[in-house]
Amino acid sequence: MSTMFSMDQYANFVWAAYGVSVFGIAAVIVWCVRGYARAKARLAELEKNAP
Amino acid sequence: MLRYANPKRFMDLSGKALPWLASAAAIFLAAGLYLAFTSPPDYQQGSTVRIMFIHVPAAWVAMMTYGLMAVSAAVGLINRHPLADAAAKTAAPLGALFTALALITGSLWGKPMWGAWWVWDGRLTSFLILLFLYLGYIALWNAIEDETRAARATAILALVGAVNLPIIEFSVQWWTTLHQGESIFRRGGPSISPVFLWPLFAMAIAYTLLLFTLWIVRIRTEILERRARSLMLGLS
Repeated sequence: MSTMFSMDQYANFVWAAYGVSVFGIAAVIVWCVRGYARAKARLAELEKNAP
Repeated sequence: MLRYANPKRFMDLSGKALPWLASAAAIFLAAGLYLAFTSPPDYQQGSTVRIMFIHVPAAWVAMMTYGLMAVSAAVGLINRHPLADAAAKTAAPLGALFTALALITGSLWGKPMWGAWWVWDGRLTSFLILLFLYLGYIALWNAIEDETRAARATAILALVGAVNLPIIEFSVQWWTTLHQGESIFRRGGPSISPVFLWPLFAMAIAYTLLLFTLWIVRIRTEILERRARSLMLGLS
């Protein structure tokens, strides 16, 4: 565990790189999942109202 | 292959594959991160070597996504297959994300190692062009209302832009650059230590699985949205 967080003088660069990656990937996951749920709900609504 | 490209069949198959793909991506991501953070610092680069485990996979996946997008666009253009158009369209935002991540993490690696956030050399510039190609492709799709015309115009852009892929790949051989040359897939085997190769491969597999998981979700979303649009047209 101690090796995990021992980062010498470059720690800020390493954590910033991982932080940006985690944020970017998490944001795109949320965007994809919410987009799918919204499309599914909209289609269900339209199918319900279809003659 | 095109037999499976039927939207209904695609929805059935992809619905079954998605949980497996997502689980495999999560497992590889956890393993990759564990290996990345327990790897020793490099004797020259110190702990910044850990940036490699997210920078290189992001760059690989960004280029792979463009290749997949161009192939899908070509299939859509030649066979007029709507699912191929949907595949190309939905790949672009994901490719743009991985390209942006590769550029940002590369910059964060470059500053402590080269003393500069950015240099206008062949590799970095061609990678920035890749980001602009993705953004241009997305903008063009949104600018043309008619879907068939949009698919055709964007397919041509995607195919023309594919010429940038070999330029990115060989830029480190063709031009003088600060960026390191090929160190993994090279004659004579990788030039980096196995202690760094394992986390790199684990993260590369994780990113690839993540790409396919998200791409499938986006294609499924596009199919549902197209069904909704055609239902709306029927209702009006």
